[in-house]
Amino acid sequence: MALAFDEYGRPFIIIKEQEQKTRLRGLDAQKANISAGRSVARILRTSLGPKGMDKMLSSPDGDVTITNDGATILEQMDVDNQIAKLMVELSRSQDYEIGDGTTGVVVMAGSLLEQAEKLLERGIHPIRIAEGYELASRIAVEHLERIAHKFEFGENNIESLVQTCMTTLSSKIVNRCKRKLAEISVKAVLAVADLERKDVNLDLIKVDGKVGGKLEDTELIYGIVVDKDMSHPQMPKQIQDANIAILTCPFEPPKPKTKHKVDIDTVEKFETLRKQEQQYFDDMVQKCKDVGATLVICQWGFDDEANHLLMHRNLPAVRWVGGVELELIAIATGGRIVPRFQELTAEKLGKAGLVREKSFGTTKDRMLYIEHCANSRAVTIFIRGGNKMMIEETKRSIHDALCVARNLIRNNSIVYGGGSAEIACSIAVEAAADRYPGVEQYAIRAFADALDAIPMALAENSGLQPIETLSAVKSQQIKENNPHCGIDCNDVGTTDMREQNVFETLIGKQQQVLLATQVVKMILKIDDVISAAEF
Amino acid sequence: MAIERILKDDASEEKGERARMASFVGAMAIADLVKTTLGPKGMDKILQSTGRGQSVTVTNDGATILKSLHIDNPAAKVLVDISKVQDDEVGDGTTSVVVLAGELLREAEKLVASKIHPMTIIAGFRMAAECAREALLKRVVDNKTNEEKFKMDLMKIAKTTLSSKILSQDKEHFAKLAVDAVLRLKGSTNLESIQIIKKPGGSLKDSFLDEGFILDKKIGIGQPKRIENANILVANTAMDTDKVKIYGARVRVDSMAKVADIEAAEKQKMREKVDKILAHGINCFVNRQLIYNFPEELFANAGVLAIEHADFDGIERLALVTGGEIASTFDNPESVKLGHCKLIEEIMIGEDKLIKFSGVEMGQACTVVLRGASHHVLDEAERSLHDALCVLSQTVNDSRVLFGGGWPEMVMAKAVDELARTTPGKRSHAIEAFSKALVAIPTTIADNAGLDSAELVARLRAEHNKEESNAGINVISGSIGDMSELGISEAFKVKQAVLLSATEAAEMILRVDEIITCAPRRREDRM
Repeated sequence: MALAFDEYGRPFIIIKEQEQKTRLRGLDAQKANISAGRSVARILRTSLGPKGMDKMLSSPDGDVTITNDGATILEQMDVDNQIAKLMVELSRSQDYEIGDGTTGVVVMAGSLLEQAEKLLERGIHPIRIAEGYELASRIAVEHLERIAHKFEFGENNIESLVQTCMTTLSSKIVNRCKRKLAEISVKAVLAVADLERKDVNLDLIKVDGKVGGKLEDTELIYGIVVDKDMSHPQMPKQIQDANIAILTCPFEPPKPKTKHKVDIDTVEKFETLRKQEQQYFDDMVQKCKDVGATLVICQWGFDDEANHLLMHRNLPAVRWVGGVELELIAIATGGRIVPRFQELTAEKLGKAGLVREKSFGTTKDRMLYIEHCANSRAVTIFIRGGNKMMIEETKRSIHDALCVARNLIRNNSIVYGGGSAEIACSIAVEAAADRYPGVEQYAIRAFADALDAIPMALAENSGLQPIETLSAVKSQQIKENNPHCGIDCNDVGTTDMREQNVFETLIGKQQQVLLATQVVKMILKIDDVISAAEF
Repeated sequence: MAIERILKDDASEEKGERARMASFVGAMAIADLVKTTLGPKGMDKILQSTGRGQSVTVTNDGATILKSLHIDNPAAKVLVDISKVQDDEVGDGTTSVVVLAGELLREAEKLVASKIHPMTIIAGFRMAAECAREALLKRVVDNKTNEEKFKMDLMKIAKTTLSSKILSQDKEHFAKLAVDAVLRLKGSTNLESIQIIKKPGGSLKDSFLDEGFILDKKIGIGQPKRIENANILVANTAMDTDKVKIYGARVRVDSMAKVADIEAAEKQKMREKVDKILAHGINCFVNRQLIYNFPEELFANAGVLAIEHADFDGIERLALVTGGEIASTFDNPESVKLGHCKLIEEIMIGEDKLIKFSGVEMGQACTVVLRGASHHVLDEAERSLHDALCVLSQTVNDSRVLFGGGWPEMVMAKAVDELARTTPGKRSHAIEAFSKALVAIPTTIADNAGLDSAELVARLRAEHNKEESNAGINVISGSIGDMSELGISEAFKVKQAVLLSATEAAEMILRVDEIITCAPRRREDRM
């Protein structure tokens, strides 16, 4: 018990206020943890695959989110249980690292836990199970490498990239126009990709949306879209060959940081101050004009007078542009962000071929398009859709597709989807198991069984007989020695995923296996759960 | 072993059938709520706000009704959202889109009950929606090239839209008014330049469109009440005490005499400003901000009409119509563009005095003055007119036109039915259900008019089996009529938006198999 005695026989307290805390130990603790982990996995299980269903989440403030993305579901679920929180973390790290496969990783972890429970009941020590899993995951990852294909793509040959992105998008609500969205994503990634270094900075891709129109109207803009309009209603709505001054200082009289007072005690001083003030505004505008700017983009507001002076001197301006957008504009137009008027020079101006204001719908919504930029390294994906939730879900789906495209540029290996990779791994792990002496063998076999859970869930969600389908595909893989057989979710008629063009990235799959194994190992090692009393 | 609780205490989770049921029920409840407002004989709703004053709104507009509801059901929120988007995007059809989405879900529920997978239903719905759109595209009429006919089309659309609203009695009058107003915009969809002024009193028939611009302001005392060939300066500048904008400036004096000096200097500054403004050679000055008594007096002395505190929209519109620019500095009068108009005068509408600018240079903007018995009538009239204006302005850009009165739904239903017959597999059930949902719209229109809907819709269907039929429901006579003769038209853009967003929303709700509701955030009690 958690009560110990010192050498004088006095009890000393290890845990404060023991009675108020619930405590689970040993097998009970493990079982409780496993059951918590599994119930999280159960929630996501039905979202897997092209026929997976969505979840509707109602936030504490009553906002509704409808999504199919595992990471988003878990994040918004208001989870209380500690182990369940671990699963949420798991899906989030997959999201950060890879961006796709967030549902799959949780389902896999869930099924690993399920198998572990059976082994625990047979009296196998949790650490041995964890070690077995570790061994098995290594085998699986190696096997994935073996069955992976390299595939080639270039600036003009993007078909294979598009196909992979389509696989990702096909499980989302946007699968109606997955081809188009996949193409947009790939083009966007290629536009900002650094093919030499094999790196993509996704921050350069801005994903923005506006309700209205239909999904098919979604477009890729080689430039930046800003949700702002011109500061003065009568400024020109379209500027050709704009020279853009990007400012982070307001068009207002200076406000020094140090405290100061300007005392006015005579009429003369009053007069001079007034003159100076006017001079100040005049100088600011003149300065912009002098360096040859034809458009001013400012992070801060303008004074009415400055606004009119700008308008008067025929210098269109945009105010209150956010910091992130300002940076993107600077990257896209090749300009420099200028913090002070004195530092404004002609070289620091950004260049854009066309800047135009576009209005939407019947309300007064206007957006500013900055296109044909000097440096087209920043792009915007502009999403349209029937309602707010649709836009949000599309944003998430596009994010997934972008991540997939990025991963392919980093590493152009792919494995085949539709559960084929998992089945192949499962076969390989099963075969390897027999070579291990000792208790680990059981754990490795259990790992092989757990890998079957993903194709099983795919088949189940597609309305097929799970066990029947899985065993048929498995035997086919062994018979034909073809690791590309998977579950035919869309009822196309062939189980060969090469023909169906269902691809997934190798690193995505490997990461799934590794992350799921890691979390399961961690959960298995817990043998004591102490939770504070409920209030 | 007890199942571990994963979620927080107050959070709830509904799964599978229960979740689907909850969303079906919620969505259908919303659809049924607005259903009775559909069509020319649709009824209105009274909305009473819970806020202070318990203000009452009487309306027929789907978006307005749904916007004011407090809804807890997440699926219902999806429907409210699509109606809002429809309002923003095309302005009309806000009720139809909700009713169609509701009907689609009603049909889907039956299919789910007979064990068809939601994904199959969605696949069927998608095919059906695409096919329906094609069918509509085949039958659209585009009169863009023929101006005379195009104007007729606009009139018809306006009348059709207005006929389901409070303005239906005077739809002829208002349709003409709306068409005139929209044509003045010359293709721009910026409805901001059409100003609607509501003045209680008189009857709806007394509403009129004014070519010029009416500003809801009074002319200052002692200033001219009537100016011909006015030069107008539109400004946004402070005309109270002009503050020193340099940060940290303050006045510090050590004697009363100096205070007086400073004050004099201030006055002098204002006087100079007024002089500068007058140097523009204007006889009318409109400012967005307040004009204090002192400058006002100066303006009056110079015989210049000064109007203060015109709101921002008013200023923008005025600048738009008179062709002037909104000025804030006045140092170089020669290059500031002034606005011009033939005549400024004070007019009386009801009891109120307003300022009218007529004979303006640019004819884009105009003003609609609505008259009516009460504020409720006026508010509703404004909403109705707004709908009509939105639809018309969208039609000017996309001039494709369809017939109304349930005609498009029947055309779509026919095409979708044919598709269902040729589609193999379970999807055909879903496609068939789609056509049933489409037919529900004419059915509802007939029901709302107190007609025998079953009989009428059956006859309509028979009529549509003939090639190129123009048959629709004639609600007035309670029979089937030729829509081209009756002149009932609708904009293609509206119908397409209704079709697509309703399908999208239905699809979204169908895909859900689990609802997780987080614990509502507790409001901290304010002291």
